[in-house]
Amino acid sequence: MEKYVSLEYVDMVFSGRQGKFCALRDVNLSINQGEFVSVIGHSGCGKSTVLNLIAGLLMPTDGVMLCAGREIAGPGPERAVVFQNHSLLPWLTCFDNIYLAVERVFGSTEDKPSLKKRTHEALALVGLTHSEMKYPNEISGGMKQRVGIARALAMEPKVLLMDEPFGALDALTRAHLQDELLGIVQRTGSTVVMVTHDVDEAVLLSDRIVMMTNGPAATVGEILAVDLPRPRSRLELAENPHYHHLRGEVLRFLYQREAKAA
Amino acid sequence: MSATIVALKPEAAEPVVAAESKTVAPPSSKAETAPVAGKARQRIMNILRSITLAVLPPIVGLAFFILIWVGISMVAPALPGPAKTWVSAVELFSDPFYQNGPNDQGIGWNILNSLQRVGTGFGMAALIGIPLGFVLGRFKFVNDMASPIISLLRPVSPLAWLPIGLLVFKAADPAAIWVIFISSIWPLVINTAMGVSKVPQDYLNVARVLNLSEWKIATKIMLPSAMPYILTGIRLSIGVAWLVIVAAEMLTGGVGLGFWVWDEWNNLNVEHILIAIFVVGIVGLLLEQALLLLAKRFNY
Repeated sequence: MEKYVSLEYVDMVFSGRQGKFCALRDVNLSINQGEFVSVIGHSGCGKSTVLNLIAGLLMPTDGVMLCAGREIAGPGPERAVVFQNHSLLPWLTCFDNIYLAVERVFGSTEDKPSLKKRTHEALALVGLTHSEMKYPNEISGGMKQRVGIARALAMEPKVLLMDEPFGALDALTRAHLQDELLGIVQRTGSTVVMVTHDVDEAVLLSDRIVMMTNGPAATVGEILAVDLPRPRSRLELAENPHYHHLRGEVLRFLYQREAKAA
Repeated sequence: MSATIVALKPEAAEPVVAAESKTVAPPSSKAETAPVAGKARQRIMNILRSITLAVLPPIVGLAFFILIWVGISMVAPALPGPAKTWVSAVELFSDPFYQNGPNDQGIGWNILNSLQRVGTGFGMAALIGIPLGFVLGRFKFVNDMASPIISLLRPVSPLAWLPIGLLVFKAADPAAIWVIFISSIWPLVINTAMGVSKVPQDYLNVARVLNLSEWKIATKIMLPSAMPYILTGIRLSIGVAWLVIVAAEMLTGGVGLGFWVWDEWNNLNVEHILIAIFVVGIVGLLLEQALLLLAKRFNY
């Protein structure tokens, strides 16, 4: 396994109206190809900032960021993002939302039927073939997020970045989509970085969990390797003592070491 | 919907209060039969009431308006009353498209000529104003460059531009169109720029992650996102254009509602002036409603 994404001594300072705010200091993180890494921490700890940095939507004030051996200089389709609020374009159908991304990535090398095929495959992957001609405001929140995931996956990114992808969903839909994501990642072998505040979600999905200290000047506190065998099943894990041990480790970090008053 | 709830409720409650099922049964059977007959009647009553509430106030308002008009025309006999104006209007609209030389044409021709001028002036304003607003909204530097000039020119009364038009075009008709153009371009520029600068960051982030070309960003993200603002601009702009046309035509002459008003004033035909006021109002109202209908289509 090679080092695929790496952050070295990354600092992020925001200059706002009330002066400078140091969000991240000396963040070091390396992610291997095919690895599923979760970033967890209390709200305001800068975990979304880490993701936006890898996405290239923000530029670090100091430090080096590499992806597949090249410096990250800005956003690009090889680092697809699944946004928290799905960010589908409301004037395009589900199909067209995905097609826009597919056309951008593969449009110069492939013909139209092939682009359409890719779009259909992406929709089938998340089980939404039947609503491809619907507009985003005609489908449920869970379905929107699935279209967002399909859009990101259809780009065949080197790294899939997910910013609290299931945060806005109800518990049942969330569990359902987590299981779906587990299967999709298993099949595609994607490299994934996911920001979350859900301990169960992190343990269920990840190979490693990056636990962030509280801000300001947040950094990586601990990294927990989740050595549960794959494929994983939610029901089997519920009775697995090692799963509960790992879950306890994350909880201890969040509520003991980095305890935070609301 | 509500009928199914009524039907379901007793069933759901039954297992819980199984021991008291005898006391529960009578109210549940009553709840199923009585409201069904009553509900249909109530629904009709509701529909009737909502129709009445929607139609009644405008009718009462109109009646008051006509009453006041009658009152004023009785006090000031120079002003024709509603009945006299109505008779004149029926006569006028019975032959809307006659032509007796350049200064005496049917009301239909007057309306069409005014609409055509507004259409031409507004069309050119849209052709220039919307792309200009787009550029202003997209590039802050250009916006900062243009905003003092726009702020300076926007409050100028439309008719102040007429002499410039007469000077440049040396003809009345293009000058009138020029006035329409210059007075209706500002809402287009300003609203388009506002819409483009207010494209949600979420959509722009999508564009950045996809690395879309500037053309794709403009057509697939900015334009659809700014569409409601642009349509508001179009609505305001046509409103201004229709407002200005009467005044511009009064000064430039030719065939058109404005000139007709002035002509009828010279003929002291006050009924026709009142009819012209109504026609201008009704056409403006129709334009506004048509554009509102169009705007609804783009409300995501």
